[in-house]
Amino acid sequence: ENADQQKNVFLLQKQWTLYSVTPLYRFSDAHLKDYARLLSAFVAAEKQKGLAVEIGVELDIKVAVSVLPDLKGSEEDAAAILVQLSSRSAASSKHKGEKVIWSGWFCCVSGEDLSKNVPEDFTCLPLFLANGAESYTSIVGSWFQKTFDCCFRRLAISPLILSWMAAMWTACKVDKTAAAMELVFSIPCLPQPLDISYSIHPEDAKALWDTVQKTPGEVTQEEVNVFMDCLYSHFHRHFKIHLSATKLVKVSTAIASAHCDGIIKFLQSQYLTGVLMLLTELAISQIQ
Amino acid sequence: MQRRRSSKTPTQPLQVHHKNQTDLSAWRKGGITDPGKSLQNHQSPNDHKNDSNQHSLEQALSYFEKVQDRVSLKKNNTLQKHLTTVESVALQRGLPPEAFDVLLNVALSGKLADTVNTRLLKNLIPASVIPEASVVSSVSWLCVSKCSGSIQLLFLKWLITVFDFIDHKEKLHALYGFFFSFLQDEKMCPYVCHLLYLLTRKESVKPFRIRKLLDLQAKMGMQSHLQALLSLYKLFCPELVTITLPRKMKTYFKNSEGPWKAAINTVRRRNQENSPTSQILFLGTAQPQSRKRKWNTQLIISASSKTKNNLEEDQVKNCVYLYGENESLPVEQLQTFSQLLQNIHQLEFPSQMGSVLRNPLLLHYMNCIRDETIYLRLYYWMGQTLQEECTWCVADNSQYEKEFKEFLDTIYKTECFLQEGFPSCEEFLYKSLPLWDGFCCRSQILRLVSWIPLSSSSEVKSQLYDPLAQLFFTSSLYFKCSVLESLKELLRNWLIWHVIHLDSEADSRVQSLNTTLSGLVNMVAELIRFVGWISTVALRLENNPAFLMYFILNFYEIVCDMYLGYNLPLLIMPPAGVFYPALLSMDSVSLNQLCYIMYRYRTNLVAAKENELSKKKILQFKFSSQTYQEYNQYVIAMVGCLWTSSAFQKDIHPQGLHMDDELLKKTAVQDFKTSFNIVYHPAMMAYAVLFLQQACPNDTTFDFSLIKGKKWNWYLEYLYAQGLKGLKVFIESSVNRVSQPSRSSAGNVQV
Repeated sequence: ENADQQKNVFLLQKQWTLYSVTPLYRFSDAHLKDYARLLSAFVAAEKQKGLAVEIGVELDIKVAVSVLPDLKGSEEDAAAILVQLSSRSAASSKHKGEKVIWSGWFCCVSGEDLSKNVPEDFTCLPLFLANGAESYTSIVGSWFQKTFDCCFRRLAISPLILSWMAAMWTACKVDKTAAAMELVFSIPCLPQPLDISYSIHPEDAKALWDTVQKTPGEVTQEEVNVFMDCLYSHFHRHFKIHLSATKLVKVSTAIASAHCDGIIKFLQSQYLTGVLMLLTELAISQIQ
Repeated sequence: MQRRRSSKTPTQPLQVHHKNQTDLSAWRKGGITDPGKSLQNHQSPNDHKNDSNQHSLEQALSYFEKVQDRVSLKKNNTLQKHLTTVESVALQRGLPPEAFDVLLNVALSGKLADTVNTRLLKNLIPASVIPEASVVSSVSWLCVSKCSGSIQLLFLKWLITVFDFIDHKEKLHALYGFFFSFLQDEKMCPYVCHLLYLLTRKESVKPFRIRKLLDLQAKMGMQSHLQALLSLYKLFCPELVTITLPRKMKTYFKNSEGPWKAAINTVRRRNQENSPTSQILFLGTAQPQSRKRKWNTQLIISASSKTKNNLEEDQVKNCVYLYGENESLPVEQLQTFSQLLQNIHQLEFPSQMGSVLRNPLLLHYMNCIRDETIYLRLYYWMGQTLQEECTWCVADNSQYEKEFKEFLDTIYKTECFLQEGFPSCEEFLYKSLPLWDGFCCRSQILRLVSWIPLSSSSEVKSQLYDPLAQLFFTSSLYFKCSVLESLKELLRNWLIWHVIHLDSEADSRVQSLNTTLSGLVNMVAELIRFVGWISTVALRLENNPAFLMYFILNFYEIVCDMYLGYNLPLLIMPPAGVFYPALLSMDSVSLNQLCYIMYRYRTNLVAAKENELSKKKILQFKFSSQTYQEYNQYVIAMVGCLWTSSAFQKDIHPQGLHMDDELLKKTAVQDFKTSFNIVYHPAMMAYAVLFLQQACPNDTTFDFSLIKGKKWNWYLEYLYAQGLKGLKVFIESSVNRVSQPSRSSAGNVQV
């Protein structure tokens, strides 16, 4: 299992923009190479839109489509798919390396809610994560939309979900040198944006959570509320500011960090699928 | 130019505007085929400079149209002037589609010197599209070889570069053989190969063409352009091209971009900056600029077939048929209904189902093919797009209201065409109505409400009726009428759906809504009660306007006929809050409509009763005795009000008109007993006056009591002749006049 975790280690420490994707029509794992070829032609054509594509030239952007191993919650989940665009400029070819300029991946972790209702012709990969220039996201996304008749939509994370993430990730065990938990709040209705950053030592947060959580391994909305209220009242005691009147915009812990605009960064490979499960659930609720 | 314009405009005297006008009309008169197509037309009419440019371009074009043989450039100032005009306009904004015909004709006809022709060809920069016809006619010039070889080459290079700007290519495809014959020419061969490469379709690949290419290759050696064409032929017809070709070629064709590519890009960029709408003209992409803000939503999708990608892919050695190889007709070629009929067995849906919305032929096809995946694809796309684009649910979307409106209109039209509502649209309404202000996209939303599918879901009340009622009570009279109208349509659509599915119960189509008859009856009853309730409240809030009453009674015109008209075992009487205001209305139209409705209720109830008595079929549903009772109470009140002048005495409805004589005396109204009948009813009194004027022209006292006996009958005839048909059918059916004309018995439908 460790080896597999190594394979996906490049997914960590990067900012991923989240999208929800409706089921892909007539998508098949067996044709990934063909997809890569068609997509690279599409990328080339898009980049010189309006003029006849020059024929036969080696394309300067290479597209690879592959399966990401072990990003599944159950056997019913479709295999995660990775799309990578790398440039083959003259400079980088010296180092025999193709530089990855954009990557994106589709995944579904425990997405039975969606997949069980969908006929065979469809593949459910409701969560899409992209890293790189948005212009490439748009080209790749458009191609998928055109080819598999699906719809991409930005997936925002509501403050309520962010507070859930804060509580759930606090409960996770990590090694002692873990980074502080940071919550960022934004104050609404101001002419200039004003953010409040609130950092808590991970062990303090964990201790607080342990007093709040009734049954280990189970989290309820009530417990999340109590946890956040405790943090708010602590803050109020010191600064006389009611954080409950502001908007939670970002949560960072040692596990991952999430922004309400739908941007996530994974930090721990062992919790990757756990976080993805929650995100898959969010994506599915946006689709249905 | 932009900046100057904006600073100049406010101070421009009126005269200039006037001049603009004349300029524009001159532009139209000047033999320009279709000004609507030209880019200039999209630009601001205040733009003085543009107009003068247009004017001189127009002059230049008419000059080139008429130019005679061999004018020397050096000696002829006029030619120089017009040539410069064309060049400057072309490089600045590109040439309008109409210009190409004229300029290509002159450049390829060999009338002018080659220097002029070259300059003209080099400046053929399209602003939007190039008409196919102009290209076809220039190919005919090419065939008669009036122009020199270098001009021919230049033309081919130009054609390759601007290939994607040609608006249609069908006729060009028809000229495939002509182009092919140019392969003979050694100089032209590489460019012709490139052009053929762009034009080739599967059906263009013929054995004799392959032989010819192989001959040429034998003669000229391995040429990359010939190999390119051969490999494309092999891609299409691997069984015909048996030779082995090199696996990978660095470049097939020489760069033939010539002087145009940079200029086209510049012009395009500039035009995009200048006018956001002009972008749609490029390459026929029917996507307005503003949609670019989000790459992932497309309100308008053009139909394209699934396998298109395969053909565009140029380096594929083995043709990849991702979706199974079959001889299906690409949806792009589907143009006529007869084509649809001929190819219905081999048609494939487009790659994006969203495109069917604007394609009536595909909608026809969709109607025939009841495939779950089709609906699911459409469901996902439409659901996501509606949510993403909703102007009141998503911040910052309000500026795109116009596009969203058009999208909603399209969905509505599609629903009308398919005669069924989309579930995604229903869900969207449920999600968005609670947030709706009742103003934004009003008519679109209300029309979509009328296509909410009939399903026995419990959501309707909380998600449709509740938010709608809130808006209804707090909005204007006009809004109220619109809501009633759309609920009437909703009821009608549900009833039609019911009738159709009653007729075809064996219909194998899997219905997601497994509606039982009782579930359906409950849904319809709930809708009717809801409308009864909001109508009662609205009549009070608005003080019984006839306009509102008209929409309410329209709704009941459907309700009263559900049993006979739509085979639904349900009849619900209007609430007293609707019935009495209509009965006592000051307006004869409402009264007449009410009479008609009551007549239809009677017909339906009598038919139901007869069915029940004859017991021809076992009836699953019986009308409750309460319905008959309510009907009878209403009919008694009506007959009392219109005929027997006994409304105050006989009305037995708890919310009715019954009043004690004592109380009536206190009102000090004389002859209260006769206050209500077809003569004295406030809605009828005007007719009575007119009738008396005609019947007794000399009597100016207007003694209504004269209308009795024979005159009563004349008066009735007079009323019928005035168009009160509802009154006629009501009186003829519900008033028993056989023995004594002035007495009657209430309707004989008894429980």
